[in-house]
Amino acid sequence: MAFIAFSLIAAIVVLAAMFVIAARNPVHSVLWLILTFFSAAGLLVLIGAEFLAMLLVVVYVGAVAVLFLFVVMMLDVDFVELKQGTARYWPFALLVGVILLAELALVSAAGGSIPTGNMDASPNAPTNAEAIGFVMYTDYMLLFQLAGIVLLVAMVGAIVLTLRHKPHIKRQDIAKQTGRRRADAVELKDPTPGQGI
Amino acid sequence: MELGLPHYLAVSAALFTIGVVGIFVNRKNIIVILMAIELILLSVNINLVAFSVFSGTIQGQIFAMLVLTVAAAEAAVGLAILVVYFRNRRDISVENVDLMKG
Repeated sequence: MAFIAFSLIAAIVVLAAMFVIAARNPVHSVLWLILTFFSAAGLLVLIGAEFLAMLLVVVYVGAVAVLFLFVVMMLDVDFVELKQGTARYWPFALLVGVILLAELALVSAAGGSIPTGNMDASPNAPTNAEAIGFVMYTDYMLLFQLAGIVLLVAMVGAIVLTLRHKPHIKRQDIAKQTGRRRADAVELKDPTPGQGI
Repeated sequence: MELGLPHYLAVSAALFTIGVVGIFVNRKNIIVILMAIELILLSVNINLVAFSVFSGTIQGQIFAMLVLTVAAAEAAVGLAILVVYFRNRRDISVENVDLMKG
């Protein structure tokens, strides 16, 4: 039963991934990408890695794919022009793909020992999320914090890259406001009558 | 048939290959190149989780989470660079990027 489900989902993953790279319209590519991620999450659920599966859905589908969709739709790009001449690249790309697959098959045929072992399957064994939590916040605390720093740096970098101030737009500048002194804001004039300033 | 590690490795290898082919095919369109990179990272994640589960250790899944983090950060920064590039040139063709060299 699990094998039937696996075959079905795996076929969906591979097909959707093919459509990602072959679709004419990048918006369609993003939608196929979402299908790929969802199905990959299904594959992970099948072997009991539920936490990673949910994370895949949340991070990839919820954040990354939406970001892609946002950018694809926001940029006014002539995708037809970009797609021209793609046919020229297919033979070379397929050659590279076949070579790569052959190499991977060769390596797996050469063998090497497949690791065996089983997760703790006793009735009071921790669930997948618990098991991850037990090691992540203890043994891998440093890596966990570093991942947070990576995200912070990426966030700051993305903001710094895309933020721009248009010079001709009036916008509130709080430092300038609070930095005003009476001396440079108020000027006393003593006009004599009939002459103006 | 019993579900085993080789099945997952096969799916992962297929995904990896599709990602690499995608980079070659869409070499003009940097958005699809970024998506192909996401596919490659996904295949790496499937590999890590499969090895983790079938060898009975949890460490692979921790590492998969870290890969996920880096993938998200990479997508964010890559798309930000793309947006800036598009603003400057009104075009995202990869072929002309080398015109930018100082």
